[in-house]
Amino acid sequence: MARDVSDIPLHIPDAPHRPGEDAKFADWPWEPGDLGKLDVDCSAEETSEHANGLVRVLGDDNSASGKWDPNLSADEMRLGLEHMLRLRIFDDRMMKMQRTGKLSFYMRSFGEEAIAIAQTMALEEQDWLFPTYRQPGAQFVRGRDMVSMICHCIGNEEDNVKGRQMPVHYTFKEGRYISVSSPVGTQFSQAIGVALASRYKELDEVTITWIGDGASAEGDYHYALNFAGVFKAPVILNVVNNQWAISTHSNFASGLQNFAIRGIPYGIPSIRVDGNDFLALFSVTKWARERASKGLGATHIEVLTYRAGAHSSSDDPSRYRPADANEHWPGGDPIERLKDHLINIGEWSDEDHSNLSEKLDSEVMSAYKEAVRFGDLANGPYPSSDAIFTEVYETPPWHLMEQWDEMKKWRDD
Amino acid sequence: MPNMNMVESVNSALQTMLSKDKNVVIFGEDVGYFGGVFRTSDGLQEEFGKHRVFDTPLSEGGIAATAFGMGINGLRPVVEIQFADYIFPAYDQIVNEIAKVRHRSGGEFWCPLTIRTPAGGGIRGGHHHSQSPESQFTHTPGLKVVYCSTPYNAKGLLISAIEDNDPVIFFEPKRCYRGPFYGDPHNVPTWGGHPEAEVPESHYTVPLGEARLAMEGDECTVIAWGAMVHVSEQAIKNSGVSCDLIDLQTLVPWDRSAIEKSIAKTGRCVIVHEAPKTSGFGAEMAASIQERCFWSLESPIERVTGWDTPFPHTTEWDYMPGPTRIAAAIARTQEE
Repeated sequence: MARDVSDIPLHIPDAPHRPGEDAKFADWPWEPGDLGKLDVDCSAEETSEHANGLVRVLGDDNSASGKWDPNLSADEMRLGLEHMLRLRIFDDRMMKMQRTGKLSFYMRSFGEEAIAIAQTMALEEQDWLFPTYRQPGAQFVRGRDMVSMICHCIGNEEDNVKGRQMPVHYTFKEGRYISVSSPVGTQFSQAIGVALASRYKELDEVTITWIGDGASAEGDYHYALNFAGVFKAPVILNVVNNQWAISTHSNFASGLQNFAIRGIPYGIPSIRVDGNDFLALFSVTKWARERASKGLGATHIEVLTYRAGAHSSSDDPSRYRPADANEHWPGGDPIERLKDHLINIGEWSDEDHSNLSEKLDSEVMSAYKEAVRFGDLANGPYPSSDAIFTEVYETPPWHLMEQWDEMKKWRDD
Repeated sequence: MPNMNMVESVNSALQTMLSKDKNVVIFGEDVGYFGGVFRTSDGLQEEFGKHRVFDTPLSEGGIAATAFGMGINGLRPVVEIQFADYIFPAYDQIVNEIAKVRHRSGGEFWCPLTIRTPAGGGIRGGHHHSQSPESQFTHTPGLKVVYCSTPYNAKGLLISAIEDNDPVIFFEPKRCYRGPFYGDPHNVPTWGGHPEAEVPESHYTVPLGEARLAMEGDECTVIAWGAMVHVSEQAIKNSGVSCDLIDLQTLVPWDRSAIEKSIAKTGRCVIVHEAPKTSGFGAEMAASIQERCFWSLESPIERVTGWDTPFPHTTEWDYMPGPTRIAAAIARTQEE
């Protein structure tokens, strides 16, 4: 007969803070300069300190220091700042439009703008991006026309995915930005195949992919690390730990407090980086690219950040966490931090910043006006419903042709 | 023309495509150095190199995902899932990703990928080395589903599948790898001397979407795929009824016109498959046939299938449709 253990209750984790409580974040023990630069041919074990620590370049006063400082020019930093601000203003406008029914759904990158932008800027133009829905900013770096992005989100006649996917599920092959999929985590394991194909073709192309802390509990995360380790894939594997998967805290995604170190037992050098520090992100990604390009294999990166806003337009975070939690995040705001740094070194001013804001505001507004000329979700016109039947196969087989003809008889043309 | 068994003809198809197209890569569990547990990739790594034919971790989800990534980046992967029973860890990648990427990306990305997998019973494989899960893929838009039955159509269909720009799930009836199966476990013929074992060494195709008329008659139409083609052939011979035997070969898209033409002649129909009855592909065909051929039918459409139970080990001959059960169904269609 089993012993009574009623004094040891079933353990169910909880979040560190819930509505009505103070947001609790431990002070960061990490400073820029704590961690040295690693050799690109280091072993997984040699990255243990970097996986357990946090690579920072921008200190609490937003000055840049330490061995990981990428020494970017002021122009490069201003470009990064501009893309981040563009994304924030774009997101705010689209969220407003979602509230008026012009889009069915929206997801902002609020608080996480630095991630895809700094990391994509650190790569080469031939490199493949395999994003989740929280890395749309990479498209700005790759030169995507904002009008085309809006046309997708509002599902109009010019949507390049023809009204088939929910908003924010962008496809932009010209910019090597691979189609976003709703099932979380699937891209992580697929990215290994993209990277292996580049190596098979003997091309210097690196694949970067991202996954959330929540989705890192899916099998695909583990398939990816295992295949990347076994085949030394030229891939950069980022776990964006923004601490929340809708209402599920990262305590439910892993029994560890750290995501970075999970790469080490797979034989993959692993680093944790401050996800709100543009310069640290740039630097770590550049280092990982060099490893991949030299045939040294994958790098696993935990991007430590905080989801400052809701998961999507469909949830209210004040129902599951303190409404002001993001204001207490020790990593601060990625835009404010790079802006402060540029001001500190005399390369930017508050006036420049507000001028840039105004310029971007009108850029977004005019792109929006241009996009709605082709219709929006509230009013149409929509892509032709013929697109239900096209591109299911390269050529529609007879059974789709029959059903397509039947639809044509019934639809309101 | 050389005589090949189905293992050799599958191997010949892979060899032909590796030679013809440098974008073809082959991988899966045990397929590289060892040449596959059924020997279908025997010698290919030695001939073409480790970068073209290689082993993978035991990870069907990872195999499918890797193939997806290679496919959208310009390669033409041919992967093996060692038994169809083990395809389910890859099910999300196949159903939500591989099948849909062309559509979801507005045609910007697509995945010309073939997933080969041995399927079906008759080798005393129990629950998990015997299933025939074709209908779990025929229900997924974006996939093509093929089920070969002989050495000749195995090679021709597999080459068509690899050359196709859509993803194809390719089932190989493992009981028929080394000989046709006539439903009697004590009779173990080889493919030697069988007309369908005359297989060209060179490149040829059997088109996807076209059925094969395996026997010709005018009193009943029997439709089958995989190993059941040969079991049905035996049943037809035993029944004494003159039957068309249609080997479907491709399930999506299936050759409805060949079946309509046959039923217009015979007025009677028996559908045979190993998979469980409920929601089996026979149900789809029966529904379509009654929609299209109602006025030609002289008797109800019969289905002879596996039972709606897990696949048994020691008693598999009571599970799989055999010649007696099929012949009885053919006889019922002839009753006035």
